[in-house]
Amino acid sequence: MTKETLSVSDYPLAEKRPDVVETKTGKGIEDITLDGLLSDRVTLEDLRITSRALRQQAEIARAAGRPTLAQNFERGAEMVGVPQDVIMRVYELLRPGRASSKDELLAAAMELRDTYHAAKIASFVEEAADVYERRALFKRRY
Amino acid sequence: MTEETHARANRWKRFSDWDDRPLRLDQFAVEDPANGFAAFKSPYDPKPELGIGGRLVESMDGVAARDFDMIDVFIARYHIDPEVAPEAMAMPSTEVARMLVDMNVPRSELVRLAHGMTPAKLADVVSQLSSLEIAFAYGKMRARKTPGNQAHVTNAKDDPLQMAADAATAVAFGFDEIETTMRVARNAWSNAVACAVGAAVGRWGTLFQCSSEEAEELKIGMAGFTSYAETVSVYGTEKSFIDGDDTPWSKAFLAAAYASRGIKMRCTSGAGSELLMGFHDRKSLLYLEARCLCLQRAMGVQGTQNGGIDGAPVTCTVPGGMRELMAENLIAVWLDLECASGNDARATESEIRVGAKILPYLIAGSDLICSGFGSILKYDNSFNASLLNGEELEDYLVLQRDFEADGGLTPIGETRVMDLRSRAVDALSAVLEELNLAKPTTDMKQSVIAASGSDETRTFSGRDVAAISEAIKDREITVVDVIKALAKRGFNEEAENLLNLVRLRVSGDYLQTSAVIRDGRVLSAVNDPNDYRGPGTGYRISDARRDEIVAIRDVLTRQDVLRVEARHKSAESSRILYNAIGPATAAKDRRDVVIGISPAFGVKLFRTVAGHPLSAVLRAIIAGINEGGCAARIVRMRHTADTSFLGLSAARLAGSGVGIGIQAKGTAVIHQKDRLPHNNLELFSNAPITKLDHYKSMGANAASYALGEMPEPIIVPTRGEAMGSRFHARISLIYAIETEMISEGATPEEIEITFLGAAT
Repeated sequence: MTKETLSVSDYPLAEKRPDVVETKTGKGIEDITLDGLLSDRVTLEDLRITSRALRQQAEIARAAGRPTLAQNFERGAEMVGVPQDVIMRVYELLRPGRASSKDELLAAAMELRDTYHAAKIASFVEEAADVYERRALFKRRY
Repeated sequence: MTEETHARANRWKRFSDWDDRPLRLDQFAVEDPANGFAAFKSPYDPKPELGIGGRLVESMDGVAARDFDMIDVFIARYHIDPEVAPEAMAMPSTEVARMLVDMNVPRSELVRLAHGMTPAKLADVVSQLSSLEIAFAYGKMRARKTPGNQAHVTNAKDDPLQMAADAATAVAFGFDEIETTMRVARNAWSNAVACAVGAAVGRWGTLFQCSSEEAEELKIGMAGFTSYAETVSVYGTEKSFIDGDDTPWSKAFLAAAYASRGIKMRCTSGAGSELLMGFHDRKSLLYLEARCLCLQRAMGVQGTQNGGIDGAPVTCTVPGGMRELMAENLIAVWLDLECASGNDARATESEIRVGAKILPYLIAGSDLICSGFGSILKYDNSFNASLLNGEELEDYLVLQRDFEADGGLTPIGETRVMDLRSRAVDALSAVLEELNLAKPTTDMKQSVIAASGSDETRTFSGRDVAAISEAIKDREITVVDVIKALAKRGFNEEAENLLNLVRLRVSGDYLQTSAVIRDGRVLSAVNDPNDYRGPGTGYRISDARRDEIVAIRDVLTRQDVLRVEARHKSAESSRILYNAIGPATAAKDRRDVVIGISPAFGVKLFRTVAGHPLSAVLRAIIAGINEGGCAARIVRMRHTADTSFLGLSAARLAGSGVGIGIQAKGTAVIHQKDRLPHNNLELFSNAPITKLDHYKSMGANAASYALGEMPEPIIVPTRGEAMGSRFHARISLIYAIETEMISEGATPEEIEITFLGAAT
């Protein structure tokens, strides 16, 4: 499959480009039916967004002149595979005064990069660590 | 009278009247920038400025990069586009302001320039605009072409049955999104299931949010019950942000987390939040909000819930507060963000201020005009009362019709609402039973279906609801279980509807800016961009949509009027006989007073707009004339139906020179033969409040004038009722029946009347 960049005219994908939409288990959008659900051929896993879909939406957002929205979708694409408890742990650590030093955030960034291949998110957390240090946010609030 | 005997009043009593009006419950605050009370301008606001070296921001709005706080850093790094900034910052603010209201400057050009503007610059530009210009620019700049609306669906008991019924009702009224929250935090899961099921009744596509604690909200979203979130708040000062227990990075991380779970998400910010939190840095409300909005674009969220929100009431205490709320919304859409434009807090006790607040949004349109509209009664709103609530929903429907403006809602009939509410309660009951969560009784269900609010329901106890909610959470019940339960119990349509909504996640189409679902299709700023370029462009109400909007209940037709008159015809025929006995002639008798009745009087029309049978009115007038010592003669005019001419024609036939003219709707006049048509003796123009006693006194006064006396004129007391709004549609239709019977040049007819039976 050659790499194509999606544009505004491909949107909405489910309607205009069902050929590029598939669930985590490889099902097409037309496979997600009530019958499928009742017979357990379709599960909750098929009703989740995929990294690929988020990257596709990022391409569309960029084509529509919304680069920051595209970046958010790309960060989201990296987070699809990050478990909920890890997400909530890192989120908690990013709140003011939760991390007691820059190192805690840098360790979280490393985990995201190494374990979940979330390079953009990792850089984002590292950037936060720098700013928090400069703004003296590493102090306990409760 | 002397000063000594009468104490000198020290107050004009009108002020006491004003004290009693709801407006005076509102508090107003003096403009005081040093204490944060300034809408548009504070002497402590920075001048717009941007220093760029290479591609790096070196200073912004008077702050050097080394002194940037977290918000500055984030905006400088992610919002400011260094390619555009030099050009955008160099443009005079007045010129940019003019571009905002110039229909020939495309929206895309303005959005491009906004990418290069600092918060102070954006604030400086919009502050050049009047309220009218802001509203116009908002209509031009908002991202999605088709306007929409959002509802609050909550109740004081966290009752899932009522939640389902009210969700279905809100969906039927046309809301694109519904948002719930709880009185008790642990009831979140019960609310989520109830609203998700209720919103699947009738049609599909309404997005749903359960506003709760961040981690819980994400979990509920992951279980598939909710489809959007808007609780991610940001603030315009660093200290407020920290007290809000977040940073731009933690919030942006959360934004990405929502995207990764396929949940549509917008941030929340609004004027006054920093003021309420005590860290306003002496800056104007608009400048702080401009910072919030640049930050949101920088974070990459698709949209914002903006326009005061919880800070709207305090913003409305300062001069220009409402204009400021409009101005911040304008910055939001100029930054190309979806805007759920506030109008969601009861910012005033004055219904006039409520109506004034909503109007610019209604006529300009907005992605979501309210965020949200209280679809339930005020006391049931767990977010606190909204600007508009269940009590006032019909007022809003009528405003749509008045201005032919699409406020996102559609009137629905009584039968349809009852069907949907029953269906929603039955569907949710089936789910609760099928999943062994609860067994609602028939009495519970019936009380909820009919209830306007939770005061009227006999339903689950607080303890029951908590048990339901905790069971859903502990047993990890997901939307798949709920869909299966619906299908198993025969609610296939609802099962399909719910599945359709959840299936949207797979492609993520509804994560794009300003996405809503209409008729099963995702509609967003990508495939439905606002293309306003002047009259005939942008959003226009289609004929079909107009038909929906105008179809409010209880509208009067000519057929209704004729039907009512026909009902009274037979009753009147048993009370009075009108017998035409030939052309009327002028009499000589000085005691002769003529009552000139209109063409349709007792022929096609049978009672006044006050509801008096015309026989009773004639009886009263004649009695008055007789008691005044004169004799009444009835003459039917066929050449005119106008009160003045009826009265003058009657007076000219009367031996006394005094006549009464009366129309079937009850409007009457006492006239004298040598006066000009519209210069009568006494006019009784307020027929809806004219009583039989007044008609009798009118007869007595006519007799008095006939005898050359000068009686006290009859006053029909009015309390300033809006007679026109209450009666003019009916009166116009009735009067048309009179004018249709006019025959030009026809001579007046003498009428002999016979009263049958006793007076009524």
